[in-house]
Amino acid sequence: MIYLYSFLFAGFVSLVGQIILDNTKLTAGHITSIFVVIGAALDSFSFYDKIIAHVGGGALVPITSFGHSLIHGALAKAEEMGFIGLLTGMFELTASGITAAILFTFILLLIFKPQN
Amino acid sequence: MGDIMEKRDYKKIVDRHKPTENRLFNAIIAFAVGGLVGLIGQLLIEFYSSWLSIPTQDATSFMIVTLVFVSCLFTALGFFDKWVTFAKCGLIIPITGFAHSMMSSGMEYRNEGPIFGVGANLFKLAGSVILYGIVAAWFFGMIRFVFLGGV
Repeated sequence: MIYLYSFLFAGFVSLVGQIILDNTKLTAGHITSIFVVIGAALDSFSFYDKIIAHVGGGALVPITSFGHSLIHGALAKAEEMGFIGLLTGMFELTASGITAAILFTFILLLIFKPQN
Repeated sequence: MGDIMEKRDYKKIVDRHKPTENRLFNAIIAFAVGGLVGLIGQLLIEFYSSWLSIPTQDATSFMIVTLVFVSCLFTALGFFDKWVTFAKCGLIIPITGFAHSMMSSGMEYRNEGPIFGVGANLFKLAGSVILYGIVAAWFFGMIRFVFLGGV
């Protein structure tokens, strides 16, 4: 059942993005930025955590989970260390994704030459 | 004359129907592809947590790294751009879009050198996601921390 929920949730988020993209003047850059902010907003009251508990991987794949991970790491550290924790914990959970993207991009750019 | 009229009428009908049909098609494709990526994410999490016997939280990082690697590689090989043009938000909204935007701007500016080409332009599109993500996370985190006393 969690597979169906994963499919439906990730599909729903993409569908909303596509509808915004087709019917307004906003570009893909606008939409991904808006969705990150929405993800962070939803998790400021732990609502996104509940979605993840029900939906699993489907809620972790869309870009909204990036905002969720940012605020989640920040709040977890803030509980330990106070205000400065909001700064030190910010990249706690998203570091793997960003670092991997940077490393893979750099290595692949050394190997592959751009077409045309 | 009749022929021209028919063509004009036909064009009118086409114009009336084309945009809505395309939008509907785009929406369905985005839903299907986005959902498929979500499903793959869930399958990867379960695969990693059972194969390496690690907790779900760690398997999530593995899943993200896998998706990032696959989309970087496919972009470097040249056919991921076509997929993104076809599926649009179905691949832009998932984490694949983040990796694709970095890899494609890297590929685009590779010829302009390592510093002012790749270095300066790598985060051209992904930078806004990180910027607004951090500002929003800090802002909402601050509100929650101040008014609700932490977690």
